[in-house]
Amino acid sequence: MIPAPFDYEVADSPEHALELLGQNENAKLLAGGQSLIPALKLRVSRPSLLVDIGRLSDFAYVRDAGEQIAIGALTRHADVNADPLLLEHCPIVARAAGMVGDPQVRHRGTIGGSLAHSQPGSDLPTVILALDAELVVLGKSGERVVPAGDFFTGIFQTAAGPDELLREIRVPKLADGTTSTYLKMSRRAQDWATVAVAAVVGRSNGSIGKAAIALTNMGPTPLRATATEAAIADGASLEDAAELAADGTQPPSDHAGSADFRAHLARVLTRRALEEAAAR
Amino acid sequence: MAVATDTEAFVGASVKRKEDASLLRGRGTFVDNLTLPGMLSMAVVRSPYPHARITNVDLDAARAAEGVVAAFSGADLAGDWSGPMPCAWPVTEDIKMPPHFPLAADEARYQGDGVAVVVAETRALAKDAAGLVEIEYEPLPATADVEKALEPDAPLVHADLETNECYVWKLETDDVRAAIDAADLVVTRRYFQPRLIPNAIEPRGVLAQVGPTGDLTLWSATQIPHIIRFTMQLVLGIPESKVRVIAPDVGGGFGSKLDTYAEEYLAVALAKRLGRPVKWTEERSENYQATIHGRDVVSELTFAATKDGKITAVKGEMTCAMGAYLQLVTPGIPLLGAWIYSGPYAIPNYSVTFTGVFTHTTPTDAYRGAGRPEATYVLERTMDALAAELGMDPVELRRRNLIQEFPHTMSSGLTIDSGDYEASLDRLLEILDLEEIRAEQKRRREGGSTTQIGVGFSTYNEMCGLAPSRILGAIRYAVGGWDSATIRFQPLGSVQVVTGTSPHGQSHETTWAQIVADELGVDVDDVEVLHGDTAVSQLGMDTYGSRSLTVGGIALWHAGQKILDKARHIVAHQLEVAEDDLEFANGSFAVKGSPDRSMGIKEAAFAAHAAHNLPDGMEPGLEATATFDPQNFSWPAGAHAAVVEVDTETGDTRLVRYVAVDDVGAPVNPTIIDGQVHGGITQGIAAALYEEGAYDDGANLLTTTMTTYLVPSAAEVPSYETDRTETQADNPLGVKGVGETGTIAAAPAVVNAVVDAVSHLGVTDVQMPATPERVWTAIQEANAK
Amino acid sequence: MRRVALTVNDVRHELELEPRELLVYVLRERLGLTGTNVGCDTTSCGACTVLVNGESVKSCTMLGVQADGLEITTIEGLARNGELHPVQQAFHEHHALQCGYCTPGMVMAAVSLIEHGEAKDEDSIRKGLEGNLCRCTGYHNIVKAVAAAAGAR
Repeated sequence: MIPAPFDYEVADSPEHALELLGQNENAKLLAGGQSLIPALKLRVSRPSLLVDIGRLSDFAYVRDAGEQIAIGALTRHADVNADPLLLEHCPIVARAAGMVGDPQVRHRGTIGGSLAHSQPGSDLPTVILALDAELVVLGKSGERVVPAGDFFTGIFQTAAGPDELLREIRVPKLADGTTSTYLKMSRRAQDWATVAVAAVVGRSNGSIGKAAIALTNMGPTPLRATATEAAIADGASLEDAAELAADGTQPPSDHAGSADFRAHLARVLTRRALEEAAAR
Repeated sequence: MAVATDTEAFVGASVKRKEDASLLRGRGTFVDNLTLPGMLSMAVVRSPYPHARITNVDLDAARAAEGVVAAFSGADLAGDWSGPMPCAWPVTEDIKMPPHFPLAADEARYQGDGVAVVVAETRALAKDAAGLVEIEYEPLPATADVEKALEPDAPLVHADLETNECYVWKLETDDVRAAIDAADLVVTRRYFQPRLIPNAIEPRGVLAQVGPTGDLTLWSATQIPHIIRFTMQLVLGIPESKVRVIAPDVGGGFGSKLDTYAEEYLAVALAKRLGRPVKWTEERSENYQATIHGRDVVSELTFAATKDGKITAVKGEMTCAMGAYLQLVTPGIPLLGAWIYSGPYAIPNYSVTFTGVFTHTTPTDAYRGAGRPEATYVLERTMDALAAELGMDPVELRRRNLIQEFPHTMSSGLTIDSGDYEASLDRLLEILDLEEIRAEQKRRREGGSTTQIGVGFSTYNEMCGLAPSRILGAIRYAVGGWDSATIRFQPLGSVQVVTGTSPHGQSHETTWAQIVADELGVDVDDVEVLHGDTAVSQLGMDTYGSRSLTVGGIALWHAGQKILDKARHIVAHQLEVAEDDLEFANGSFAVKGSPDRSMGIKEAAFAAHAAHNLPDGMEPGLEATATFDPQNFSWPAGAHAAVVEVDTETGDTRLVRYVAVDDVGAPVNPTIIDGQVHGGITQGIAAALYEEGAYDDGANLLTTTMTTYLVPSAAEVPSYETDRTETQADNPLGVKGVGETGTIAAAPAVVNAVVDAVSHLGVTDVQMPATPERVWTAIQEANAK
Repeated sequence: MRRVALTVNDVRHELELEPRELLVYVLRERLGLTGTNVGCDTTSCGACTVLVNGESVKSCTMLGVQADGLEITTIEGLARNGELHPVQQAFHEHHALQCGYCTPGMVMAAVSLIEHGEAKDEDSIRKGLEGNLCRCTGYHNIVKAVAAAAGAR
């Protein structure tokens, strides 16, 4: 319940944050702290320096960016959850943000922090992956854009290097006829997902033409249910396609469920998400 | 101000709580809130291994660290103990009772066993230094499984005992075998009840101060300040007369604080050595290893029955985890259910056998219900199993076996003073509307819905109100089960009550005031209740086992009678009438037939203090103490029902309704009773659906934090429907215990409902807790048959 | 050590803090505001909930140094002129506390929920309190109290 000692610096700009990060090998970024501080309290994380970027208020925004909605990395879950632009154009992000943790966590936690933490049971990485969102990463040599599919590289690991920071998330405005659903099963309301499914479904002429499906807690990172997606593209029934949802996944076994049970849940939840999206 | 309009104004009314004023403002006195000058912080270094030989403890780095005052190993402190930590309930003559000291010196026997201790200027520095203690361990094999621990080649928890079997305790009537042989039908079922971690939201905390003359003041988050007082003499040699134990505001206990713990003795020993106050505050994940667990029982229950559903015999074999050591009442916990494996039913033949087993785990002890949930769970699950075998409605089967007449002596030997079990069941069915639930269930089954509905019942009784001292003696409990109360009129008429009970959420400050206000005809606001400090409350046996009202509350009533007797004596003397000519009502003694000649009890109190004109030989003052030793246990009972929805594709189970009808005797404060029932039910639901303290095959605790041990929140449970039926208990207030009823009744009701929801798919059992995976797996296995 | 200024219950404090000091310990041990309790070490139980700039936050999951320049309200700051806040009063009226240990955090979480208009009905109140654990009351009377306080607003 008491973190090991560390140094602490407040970044007054992203560049300042990068500079501070560069000075210390064992430095970590602190945004809302809702993933990091619990790890500090149990001393499973022992950084020597925390670089607090939580005061960079310029990074908390949701903006119309043409074909996309741009979300500042420091936008809090509670604000993402209630954002009118997102609710209109990409509601799955807003809804999933409302399922993160509990109200207190959503008041402090940020979308960028959640994505950069890359916890396998976390909701927003999966949604971002299903949306083929883009992540803007800032490094010493400037910004680069990482597709969501390349961002999550392992448990607590992302494509953002130790001297980079996540600056913005760009999610697509969903076209008319495209629906999205995030179905989550967890033991208690406040818990990580046992399994969850994000489905973004495009319909034409009353039938599903294209579906992007991503899974939570079915492996070290969020995963696309590629076999299901391919089957749908090939015209398979939703039911048959959903049967393939767990193919190629590596779900964990823990107190919330065995790997086999998770695979089963992935299939059921995928079918339900597809059916729900199709019925809208 | 509340005003008594007649003598029955307060008892039976939902008087608002006196306790709330400070707690709602954040002005509670929980131990961690207390600070003393010069206070040090203590941290305990615990074994990461479930079983290991301790080959070296190196404290040099810790001692050299910033702010560290001292650090000790178990061997360093071995001379500080005048005896091992006590177990007060050696349930059999040949029970194995291995010595248990506050720190392990040679061998760690469970993950979390204390091995070293560090004391520093602050909490943070103590924690930092604890991380610098270097201990060499030689890991040894371990097991957390009660049945595996009894196998011949099992790793031994205490090698010198040459067995992990702690005791075997049996209670049997003569003709059980014959009854089973003669039965139309015999049903045997096996159950596993998991470990439960009590999770009082306040973890434990201790603050010890030892003065220059060896006088000890110990603040502890405990349910049992009086019991701790005498254990301080046993373990530390400090005479009870020099010990003051204070239980300030205590943030829940549920049995986990009905114990004396290593950290209490360590803090005192170190405060004594160092001459400075020592505080220790438990962290939650530490609590999961260092504070007792409950349940962890494998049971096999057999019913013998006639074909028309009369149960003729019950036979149970229970294998019960003790953990690595015996805590205060560890071996006795299973026995608290031993007489009620027939529950509310008249079953003529009876046999129960309990085998206590050591495993390499945190010790078990009392957790809400303590022995009675274990009994009620297997009994009520097997009632449903028998009903299924007979093709009989589970409600009808229960009704046919309910005890009809009271007092009733059970085949186990104890006598139930009062009850009307069928009345509770009838009222439950009225509220429930079972017909509509069954109709809905039929619709969903026929429609092939993936959301099935189930209803489960639990008719229960329990023995609580611990306990008649003579019976406790007969079952080898070390001390008595009486309690005490003092009522003291101050000169100007306000009333102090000193109780031997030690509330930690039970609202005694309010309900005790209600009892006294009615009995003495004063206002409830005139009464202040003092508790939880052995310097104030010299006599008492504390709060556990739903005993406070039926033992301490009755002691209070008797003290009130003594006050009335003395006051009557004074008034008769002053009014110059015979005592028999006085009648007492509304706080005043009046001469029969001359109501204008009267004297109020407050005036009598003043007269007693002034002592100007007292009867010859009477001592001044109006104060009385009574101790009360009950002649029987308390026997609350009731009928509960749960309605669940089960997602048959995912196993996800949601409790949608819970109805409880309880007979807890005459209600003192209905709202407070409801609160006890709500909380109790929720802990039963938690056991049925969410909570399980799990160990791996090597006895490593898997559920190490609140993120994996799933205490439910408001989002997981519904609002409850509660009601009461009432039969008067055989005591002056007619009251029965209520603290544990909900927990006892709820777990089987909920699991019965889960099984009912999917019984049409062939499911006959789901192991508790009925997790989504267990429910789904049960459906798959039934499908495969 | 780092110098910070924070306002707690309308009183400004300037403090030298170690960066690792959690806000809850700053409140409890530096400022003596022991009404905010600690019930777990994993951001699960919510006993330590306070308001930070008007929003419920678990003070065990915020560093004291992060509170620099912010306004904190604890349970001690809720009652005004000796009068209980409507949520506190509703907890009293509905017997929504027993041991009282989770109560400060539960009350602060409820105040935030109500202020944000998120205590609309039983379902939203129950979901809105998902981050606060109580072991005594079974939540029944807490939900009633929060509904009453929300309705009275």
